[in-house]
Amino acid sequence: MKTTPLTDLHQALGAKMAPFAGYLMPISYSGIQEEHKAVRERAGLFDVSHMGEFIVKGKQALDLIQYITSNDVSKLAIGQAQYSCMPNSHGGIIDDLLVYRLDEDQCSEGEQAFMLVVNASNIDKDWDNIQQYAVQFDTRIVNISDQSALLALQGPKAAEILQQLTDVDLSQLKYYHFAKGSVAGVGNVIVSATGYTGAGGYELYFNNHHAVQLWDAIMEAGKSAGVMPVGLGARDTLRLEMGYCLYGNDIDDTTSPLEAGLGWITKLKKGPFVGKEKIEFLKQQGISRKLVGFTVQDRRVPRHDYLLFSATGQEIGRVTSGTMSPTLGIPIGMGYVPADLAKPGTAIQVQAGSKFLAAEVTGLPFLTD
Amino acid sequence: MNTPENLKYTKEHEWIRVEGNTAYVGITDFAQGELGELVYVEVETVGETVEQDEVFGTVEAVKTTSDLFMPVSGKIVAFNPALDENEGDNPGLINEDPYGEGWVIQIEMTDSSQLESLLDAAAYQELIA
Repeated sequence: MKTTPLTDLHQALGAKMAPFAGYLMPISYSGIQEEHKAVRERAGLFDVSHMGEFIVKGKQALDLIQYITSNDVSKLAIGQAQYSCMPNSHGGIIDDLLVYRLDEDQCSEGEQAFMLVVNASNIDKDWDNIQQYAVQFDTRIVNISDQSALLALQGPKAAEILQQLTDVDLSQLKYYHFAKGSVAGVGNVIVSATGYTGAGGYELYFNNHHAVQLWDAIMEAGKSAGVMPVGLGARDTLRLEMGYCLYGNDIDDTTSPLEAGLGWITKLKKGPFVGKEKIEFLKQQGISRKLVGFTVQDRRVPRHDYLLFSATGQEIGRVTSGTMSPTLGIPIGMGYVPADLAKPGTAIQVQAGSKFLAAEVTGLPFLTD
Repeated sequence: MNTPENLKYTKEHEWIRVEGNTAYVGITDFAQGELGELVYVEVETVGETVEQDEVFGTVEAVKTTSDLFMPVSGKIVAFNPALDENEGDNPGLINEDPYGEGWVIQIEMTDSSQLESLLDAAAYQELIA
């Protein structure tokens, strides 16, 4: 079992720990609902150091990433990040990821540098996929996952807490932008205005060695604002309320980005990329199934792999993610349904054991301002 | 971990407290800790006779769903009103007081000899160790 540089600290805090993607990770500290609430109303600090990071550098770094991801990397300025998919040749999704365009301080003339942030469960699969295409491009790729820590400070009070500790002017840092700076005396931290909660905030990438120092400094600086440590349990309920996909649940090697509602990060006009023909063909043909959100009119909670039925009792798909929404106080879920049943307001049913729960397709995100 | 001596336990983490021919059934401290905060308890078997090891209800936690199993065969005569969504609707009682206020059902046992097949506190503690 792999650990993060903060595993001992989580255990000392009394966190409930469990294996996730091969890492021993904190699931919750004080309780999922309390942690969830802290992020929506104040701030929460997450250790997500299990995530993978690859550095891609070289004269054709842009071309390589443009070829293996679905979004248009040429649109990225230095200091900007984008959400993207890594499609396979069948038009399915190998992984979803963030692409960061780094500064070129360490680059030779004509080179560019990027960081790819990938799901922990897919680090090996992504690496193999990239290597398969990398030979055709003039690039150097380094897997820095084992040396990198990642903390996410999320919530409406995140800026106020982090600004006490950093020389990066957070008021100038727009959503999906980042800057390198010092945080709590640690240099070369990538401060990124990104996250997986919909609550706003930052993600901090830095060397493993400083993980405890940074964690402690943020918890201390956030004390009066009510910051709490938050585990993967609340991370899941937070992302689900926003309708964000979780790889392995809502998207996988067999789902198209078009079916998953990720057409907005699939740029078919940008030039060739892996899986493009298949995705284009699917687009022309029209997708037959769609990932939708639904709310359940019951107290029972939809769970991954529960069957979905139409109002008339026909089996139509499966639940990909489900939970009791801590903010809304009702059970919510996502799943693939036939395109003609994907319209918000459509009545469907969820099978939970021997029961059929009435549900209704709803627009995403579940949470609206 | 709290494991009272006067109760019997199942491998599925239910406890049973016998009072004459009736008994109270709930889930253990270990189980509530593993499940995390409970958000709903469903028991739709009141008035029915349910066999040992059969499902009599379901609990929903934020992260997971778990069925509840009969420790011994019996007729379900009551569902804790403090948990029932139509009355107290306070499933968190199971987290706070799993062996007391958080009891789930009361049953009339149909075959009390089945109690012999259950775990005592020491054996249950060993199971969860």
